[in-house]
Amino acid sequence: MGMTMTQKILAAHAGLERVEAGQLIKAKLDLVLGNDVTTPVAVHEFEKIGVCCVFDKKKVAIVPDHFTPNKDIKSAEQNKLIRDFARKMEIENYFEIGQMGIEHALIPEKGLVVPGDVVIGADSHTCTYGALGAFSTGIGSTDMAVGMATGEAWFKVPEAVKIVLKGKMGPWVSGKDVILHLIGMIGVDGALYQSMEYCGEGVKALSIDDRFTIANMAIEAGAKNGIFPVDEKTVDYVKAHAVKPYAVYEADKDTEYSRVIEIDLAGIRPTVAFPHLPENTRSIDAVGDVPIDQVVIGSCTNGRLEDLRVAAHVLKGRKVHPRVRTIVFPATQKIYLEAMREGLLEIFVEAGAAVSTPTCGPCLGGHMGILAKGERAVATTNRNFVGRMGHPESEVYLASPAVAAASAITGRISSPEEVMK
Amino acid sequence: MKGHVFKYQDNVDTDVIIPARYLNIADEKELAAHCMEDIDKDFVKQVKNGDILVAGKNFGCGSSREHAPLVIKVSGISCIIAETFARIFYRNAINIGLPILECPEAAAEIRQGDEVEVDLESGSIRNLTQGKTYRAASFPAFMQEIMKADGLINYVKGQVKA
Repeated sequence: MGMTMTQKILAAHAGLERVEAGQLIKAKLDLVLGNDVTTPVAVHEFEKIGVCCVFDKKKVAIVPDHFTPNKDIKSAEQNKLIRDFARKMEIENYFEIGQMGIEHALIPEKGLVVPGDVVIGADSHTCTYGALGAFSTGIGSTDMAVGMATGEAWFKVPEAVKIVLKGKMGPWVSGKDVILHLIGMIGVDGALYQSMEYCGEGVKALSIDDRFTIANMAIEAGAKNGIFPVDEKTVDYVKAHAVKPYAVYEADKDTEYSRVIEIDLAGIRPTVAFPHLPENTRSIDAVGDVPIDQVVIGSCTNGRLEDLRVAAHVLKGRKVHPRVRTIVFPATQKIYLEAMREGLLEIFVEAGAAVSTPTCGPCLGGHMGILAKGERAVATTNRNFVGRMGHPESEVYLASPAVAAASAITGRISSPEEVMK
Repeated sequence: MKGHVFKYQDNVDTDVIIPARYLNIADEKELAAHCMEDIDKDFVKQVKNGDILVAGKNFGCGSSREHAPLVIKVSGISCIIAETFARIFYRNAINIGLPILECPEAAAEIRQGDEVEVDLESGSIRNLTQGKTYRAASFPAFMQEIMKADGLINYVKGQVKA
């Protein structure tokens, strides 16, 4: 029986000819990542191991992005701890405020992940890099500590769900709608412990930013990773950002999958996930009248340049509804600069939206846009759990940048089709 | 291990186990004072050392924050029984030495407040209140070794020195 793309990457990093689903392996790591929430715990655990230094100063990345720029004294102390650790260990890829970005937008942009890599990150959305044909997955702080010390991690080799994409997305439909649609189909544990392996001619039409968004939310279906085949678009992206060598893996033709799902991209409508689970999806046509208080455009899911372009396209020459607070978060400094040069930031400000420096901030209810009791937000983020963006009795509706921008204008969840008539 | 049961539903996520607004707290006891507070304000008031947490499917979904299994452990919970666990929570629990068991029948039938006894070696779960016994699938040897060492750090420490 053949191997999946994920299995081939894991086998190569475990020094094995082949691996099978369920097998426990130890794999060599190409990158170990952490943020300002998970790294402090990892540093404490790392110190217990009793090694002098990290396994490779170039293969550890620390990105303070959650409670940054630091929101209070406690966060500042946590950040100081990891900053001091990064200096002491001479970690090359520590990104300070002013150079940083939301980690999962920043890491690929800095060329730190390439096709065929094995990456672990103490952040659940580390699965984002599957967009580039790498195996990447979220782990906890202890795994991060051991990864930093040994350059290895233990894995249970996953089986895979095969997702065959065909056709092309219609107007106002994006990668976000594809992944929300898919999670709505299979549920928040629909790919539990498994890989989500994308294939089919529909992949070609997806931009790299769309693929980042789709791979990013693999965790919202319970998956270990989401992964795309490497094509010309991937190679162009990697050549433009990275210098390190890469390796292309393809699934064998005779591979068995736990499940095969076919999706016609042309049939997907703009999709919204209602509280309090990402699987509670509805087509924009079935949303009904849902007045909102806040719109958040950004995050590791949807804070990239294409996302900002779509939002700006909708908001250009229009005004944010007077009852709605709209906050835009470009995901990295580079994206911020490009958005500024393209005039996108001006469009946002003219429309009455606030533009923030890169931060995870409101996505996890950290800072920069917390909801009060009973308030509702439309967000381009990835989770709408109870209390995710603030008060336990507030609500988050997940949507694409286009839907979020349209909703900012009308003051209720709306289709861009309605606004752009 | 033996204790009374706190029972929760499907898809309990790490944001409700420990809300992100508390993740700037470094002290684990101070952190654990907020365990489960967004879905069960009484949990921290009522939980006693050795108690057992029982839940439905996909327990611990969402964020990778290790603070989630940690606050459950620090609260005094001796073991979690669920239909299934979200994968990052699953490995985090093993890595920090918090015993977990997957057993759909036990997860479905055990009720809030039942007294339950668990034997980790055999995977046996005895509901003393209802008089029923279940058997959870045993862990692979490698994971058992990590749990025996009380977590991955101790396990690796042994290897690094050897």
